[in-house]
Amino acid sequence: MELFRSTNIDWLGKKWYFLGFSLIFSVAGVLSMLFWHGIPKGVDFTGGTQIRVSFESAPDENHIRAAMAQGGVHNATIQRVSDPSGHAANKVIISLPISSATDQAHDAGRMAVETALANNYKDSKATVEQVEIVGPTAGKQLQKQAMLATLYSLIGMLIYLWFRFELIYGVAAVVAVFHDTLITIGAFSLTNKEITLTVIAAILTLIGYSMNDTIVIFDRIRENLASSRRDTLGDVVNRSINQTLSRTVLTSGLTFLTVLSLYLFGGEVLHGFSFALVIGILIGTYSSIAVASPMLVAYQEWRTKHGKVATLPAGRNART
Amino acid sequence: MGKNLTGKTAFIVGVLLIFCYGIVGIPKGGLKESITRRINLGLDLKGGTHLVLEVHVNEAVASAVDRDAARLSTDLQTAGISGATAARSDASRQQTIIVSGIPADKISDARSVFNGVNYSAYDVASGGDGTQTLTMKQSAATDLATRTVDTSIETIRERIDKLGVAEPVIQKYGLGENQILVELPGLDDPARVEDIIQSTAKLEIHAVTGGPYASDQDAMQANNGIIPADSILLKGAATAGSPDQVWLLKRVSEVEGTDFRDAQPSTDQNGRPNITFTLTTEAGDRFYKYTSEHSATSASPGSMAIVLDNKVREVAGIQSAIRDRGEITGGFTKQQAADLSLMLRTGALPASISFLETRTVGPSLGAASIRQGVFAAIAGMAAVMIFMLIYYRGAGINADLALVLNLVILLGFMGFTGSTLTLPGIAGVILTIGMGVDSNVLIFERIREELRAGKSSAIAVQQGFAHAWITIIDTHVTTIVSALILFLFGTGPVRGFAVTLAFGLLANLFTAVFVSRVIFDSHLKGKERGAALSI
Repeated sequence: MELFRSTNIDWLGKKWYFLGFSLIFSVAGVLSMLFWHGIPKGVDFTGGTQIRVSFESAPDENHIRAAMAQGGVHNATIQRVSDPSGHAANKVIISLPISSATDQAHDAGRMAVETALANNYKDSKATVEQVEIVGPTAGKQLQKQAMLATLYSLIGMLIYLWFRFELIYGVAAVVAVFHDTLITIGAFSLTNKEITLTVIAAILTLIGYSMNDTIVIFDRIRENLASSRRDTLGDVVNRSINQTLSRTVLTSGLTFLTVLSLYLFGGEVLHGFSFALVIGILIGTYSSIAVASPMLVAYQEWRTKHGKVATLPAGRNART
Repeated sequence: MGKNLTGKTAFIVGVLLIFCYGIVGIPKGGLKESITRRINLGLDLKGGTHLVLEVHVNEAVASAVDRDAARLSTDLQTAGISGATAARSDASRQQTIIVSGIPADKISDARSVFNGVNYSAYDVASGGDGTQTLTMKQSAATDLATRTVDTSIETIRERIDKLGVAEPVIQKYGLGENQILVELPGLDDPARVEDIIQSTAKLEIHAVTGGPYASDQDAMQANNGIIPADSILLKGAATAGSPDQVWLLKRVSEVEGTDFRDAQPSTDQNGRPNITFTLTTEAGDRFYKYTSEHSATSASPGSMAIVLDNKVREVAGIQSAIRDRGEITGGFTKQQAADLSLMLRTGALPASISFLETRTVGPSLGAASIRQGVFAAIAGMAAVMIFMLIYYRGAGINADLALVLNLVILLGFMGFTGSTLTLPGIAGVILTIGMGVDSNVLIFERIREELRAGKSSAIAVQQGFAHAWITIIDTHVTTIVSALILFLFGTGPVRGFAVTLAFGLLANLFTAVFVSRVIFDSHLKGKERGAALSI
């Protein structure tokens, strides 16, 4: 069986469509981050208390709210847990904002919620399944560390690509990965899904995946540049994308299959995590073709315009 | 080639066996028990409580400086410099002792006291009008802070051990020097644990110099508006029905936490729960000397206060000399008396603690997460494997074998190294599977290209591997570089992800490139040159 036996698609000719597509999604995400839902940060980063409760039968949210108010908890957000497979509608997440500016009184909110539940749900039992309490110090620290770690690892990849190829390849790959991250976080903002530490792990996964995808195409470009010096860069890039197309579609398709299975069957705890991966695989595959590769050509055109050597460096370690 | 191939196959089988051992160990009980015994599951998967707490090291520094100031006052008197007093500067400058009232002609004598071995941790500077300032050196303060955190870890470990939690994790955490991570598998009611960890249980006995007063203001008035530098005001523990009382106590305790050898819950004559304590021999001798000098029959009778966590529990006149046994009564329930004596037995925390993070996962949720996660992973992998067989036919078997072996090596590696598998770790596994499939696809697509170009099977395989190899190295090294950086700079879940990813990719390089090649070679071996490849 074979897909794409000998495709000959003019990918670069569609770059304006791609640019438009990327712009629409990035701008929509950014606008939502700025003016709509913001970046919906989970309790890991904002600090606060989050309590996941399962009830024996589907609970009435107003009843829970009343129970909380009776127990003296007035600032709770009550949210029914949605599951992609439609199960588990009898679970809710009760969130409390950070109780005070200090790390003291850490536990007060949790105790109040648990007491209120115990008093109001004696017959239809309410079970506390998960409690997360993050103080303000820890929240800031976790956020900073996750961001720094991601930033450093991007720099690390950039340096490796610079060493193995040329700086422009590294820059193009990092820009593409940044594009993917922006759109994925935008998708979280648009759908108002919380970003937690597990979601960060998913975003790191998508960065790794998208980078992998981009390098495969770049490697082919480098190889083709070394063997056919008479073709224009645009032709070489187009040919390289087409040559690796069946691999791209196959790998992405299969990875997507795994991730989709996780999204559908992985349960509600993995919901945000697998959502990020589903979006990430799609966008990561797209960006290798539609963002990273056209950037190489755009860079060369810029060089030509400024009277520099026209050919794109094929990279130090190119084989002939 | 043939012999070489046998050797390679034996090597692969050997690796497979070694890592299988890594996963299940020596099989005992069912397969599931064997695996769960070897592979550590994170708390997010098996349920339990995860706490991050911060030790307030500044408190320990302040109280060390307090003790040094008290000793310095005595040492100065002994050296014949009368009228000089030493006290810690104030709340905001915990590391500084100010010595005032030194007569002008005694400055050099005082200096030689400062230079004594007891005060080597301090830098000395002169101030105006006979004052001298001793500031604890930063290195000494840092040492003290480190020791405080270490002692806290020891104390918390003892307390947790007494609670009977299996395999707790208690260690320094994060980039800061004063944070501790506590992980308690299987424990999903953290309230009591938090309580037991957090109680400093600092028990001290202080000499009483004044009181009781009704309030701080009353105490100030009774002492002409000045609290002497060597004294402190402490409130009595609020017990129901009794009004707040304030006592004036000597700042430095006669007996402190480390002087207690044992504490047991017991009952007093009236059958109320109380706590009996025993002092160490050395402290007992000291306490005997003090109590005999201040007993009711001596020249200067006095009373003493039992202070728990900076609250006065009891004040009693010293009736007679006491050597090494005493008791604390007053308003305990049985549970409180038991918990408190546990804390006293395990020693006081050297400084108070606050919680930065508490995460609890109930065992049912954890189990559901594993069940669903494992099901999803198996379903996903099965789909991938079936697809590879359909799409690449014979070569699909290579890919599937490589994939399974890859997973075996990854899990075996985690079994050997005792790494923990968490939800983010599963993300690492997914990326590994993705890249493992990708390596195979890259190779197979190249082989197909070479075959289309009319090359023979053997040449196509060789060329396919040679071309794809470069790309595979590039993609894997890039990702391993990023995994290393994430491990270095990340914490918690980010690290879990990085570890799994790095292991997985190393396994990948071995299976996708080496193992898959050996399978191709053994398939082609002995076939005639023109034999077709099923790919």
